[in-house]
Amino acid sequence: MRVLCAVLFGALFGLGLLISGMLDPAKVLGFLDVAGAWNPQLAFVMGGAIAVAAPVFLIARRRERTLLGDPLELPDRRRLDWRLIAGAAIFGLGWGLSGICPGPGLVLLGFAGMPAWIFAGGLIVGLVAARGLLPRPDPGEAG
Amino acid sequence: MHPFLQSLAGGVLIGLASAGLLLVNGRIAGISGILSNALTVRPGLWRWAFLGGLLAVGGALAWRAWPVPAALTAQAPAGLAVAGLLVGLGTQLGNGCTSGHGVCGLSNLSLRSLVATSVFMVAAALTVFATRHGAAFIGLVR
Repeated sequence: MRVLCAVLFGALFGLGLLISGMLDPAKVLGFLDVAGAWNPQLAFVMGGAIAVAAPVFLIARRRERTLLGDPLELPDRRRLDWRLIAGAAIFGLGWGLSGICPGPGLVLLGFAGMPAWIFAGGLIVGLVAARGLLPRPDPGEAG
Repeated sequence: MHPFLQSLAGGVLIGLASAGLLLVNGRIAGISGILSNALTVRPGLWRWAFLGGLLAVGGALAWRAWPVPAALTAQAPAGLAVAGLLVGLGTQLGNGCTSGHGVCGLSNLSLRSLVATSVFMVAAALTVFATRHGAAFIGLVR
């Protein structure tokens, strides 16, 4: 049941990325190009996602269990540190160079051929290298 | 459908998927974190199940002979490798990407995610500015 639901949610997430236009680096870079021919379209993706997810997160904050009775723990770290800032800046650099973030990068793997494999290869090497080089601040789920 | 509405609809699906993973599996739908943890010794089946669903969408698109974005194939392989590496390093270091911080973290009213999202948005916009308008900006071309 849990695993089946996770498959379903993964597919729903991927479908959302497809419909929203996030799979097209031209749209992503057009959204990020605020000084050029700015295309605000992708602001609606985050807007729509948060509009749906935020109420559910607010409900989940008051629950200790999932719908299936498993423990439900939301991240509650509050400290702002250099890792967060530097990490976000490095991610932004890579995102701005390619127009691809991790979710679309994985969906593209299925149909976009070699360029997608090259990006995903770099992504995985980067994740594993950073994990190996740095001690994790806590064992909790990353974002 | 107007492109704005289409993006809104796609966003709603992403929000539903994130809400579902939280309520049913008790997990945050952060792709970089799920991928990173899926590569460890004991990943937990749900991670590969979620990633499987995500990858299946790409597989379905291949089956339908979906056109590959020209803005992807136009990129130099070395550039893609470097960009992927930076995205991997950055999201592991900063504990999240567009989904984990941008959608789930902001939905959870997390200050860390607000800071991270602001930083990666500004960094990405500055990068695009530098690559698209940098030469004109410093007067190399007109």
